[in-house]
Amino acid sequence: MAQAAIAFTGTRFAHDGRHILGPLDLMIPPGETLVLLGKSGSGKTTMLRLINALLIPTGGEVFVLGRSTRDWDPVRLRRSIGYVIQEVGLLPHLSVARNVGLVPALERWSADRIERRVAELLDLVGLPVRDFAARLPHKLSGGQRQRVGVARALAADPPILLCDEPFGAVDPVTRAELQREFRDLAKRLRKTVVFVTHDVREALVLGDRVALIEAGLVSFLGSPNDFRHSDDPAVAAFRTLL
Amino acid sequence: MSFFEFVLQNRGDVWFRTVEHLVLVGISTGAAIAIGVPLGIGISRSARLRAPVLGVANVFQTIPSLALFGFLIPVPFVGGIGARTAIVALVLYALLPIIRNTYAGIVGVDPAVREAARGMGMTDAELLRLVELPLAVPVMLAGIRVATVIGVGIATIAAAIGAGGLGVFIFQGVALVDHAVILAGAVPAALLALMLDGGLHLVERKLDWRAR
Repeated sequence: MAQAAIAFTGTRFAHDGRHILGPLDLMIPPGETLVLLGKSGSGKTTMLRLINALLIPTGGEVFVLGRSTRDWDPVRLRRSIGYVIQEVGLLPHLSVARNVGLVPALERWSADRIERRVAELLDLVGLPVRDFAARLPHKLSGGQRQRVGVARALAADPPILLCDEPFGAVDPVTRAELQREFRDLAKRLRKTVVFVTHDVREALVLGDRVALIEAGLVSFLGSPNDFRHSDDPAVAAFRTLL
Repeated sequence: MSFFEFVLQNRGDVWFRTVEHLVLVGISTGAAIAIGVPLGIGISRSARLRAPVLGVANVFQTIPSLALFGFLIPVPFVGGIGARTAIVALVLYALLPIIRNTYAGIVGVDPAVREAARGMGMTDAELLRLVELPLAVPVMLAGIRVATVIGVGIATIAAAIGAGGLGVFIFQGVALVDHAVILAGAVPAALLALMLDGGLHLVERKLDWRAR
């Protein structure tokens, strides 16, 4: 497991006796962006929640940074993973600055250090501190909220980012812009990213590799280029959406 | 004698009874908050506690107030004649709206917000302190407001067991069949209820993050 940032090994998940996921075997090396592509209910979000121990597998293991999620303290594990979800993920009663500085605050950084880090991050995602720090999330546009979400996930400089359809609720133009910026940012900061989407274009833009998830199984795994040329019927079906 | 003449002639007394009334309601609502909020948090955490806690609080609510005051008189430590017994009864009445609204406020937090907070690595205590309670505050305050207004009304009956308050005028007036005296208790009590309702409504608005 030493070289994988995240590894699923014989991982299964069932809820109330109903089989949902697996068995899965999947290695994600450090610095890779893996996109999980699939329809609603295919099990992609369940995979993310298995990585940050919001769920524990009912069979097999999920290793994160070399250690099984069963052996991690879930709070410690989650603080070393940035989590970006659709806009609801921002805490509605806290300002942009406090949302972004949340994990550092939980980690008891000094106020000074948090303030500097928040400024740095807002700058990184293209939101000037002076205009945005004091605002509440509902006073932002959808695209701005997503930027704040990304900034917040990066706050404590976690090696891993999990993204659950973060750009789902924004207009196509903003969306393309966010995708481009996110890809550059993830590469520059050398993050390991697991990105869930049902949008083929997004998958091909962002992914170093794309995993097609169907009924809780990986039915295709390969580079965007492989994906474009695969003759797997499931892949071909998704490709028609391009 | 008209109502106005009566109040004017007895303004010292009316004022004294109003303050007494306010003290009864203030102490009992304060104590009910101190007991009810932790209980509300408790039942949001444990499904097993929920039914018995809400059930007991509900039962207190259904006992007619004069009967509850009467039942408490012979009870050792909390009972007897006077303000202490009245305050205990008022606390029992105030509990239900406070417990129920604390619980409803916490449970009503958007599950996605809770999931995001847990996904960021919040412990249960941090989730409660930083997310659930702040978001539940408007609903909790609405419960406190209801409890306070109910308390102002029920506290008028406390005069029956010698607890003082504006009910003193009402009982006197009933005994004398004198409307002016009844009104000297009822009108200040109604004004008190309206003022507390309005004041707490302002606090509620002020603490609501959506208004900012």
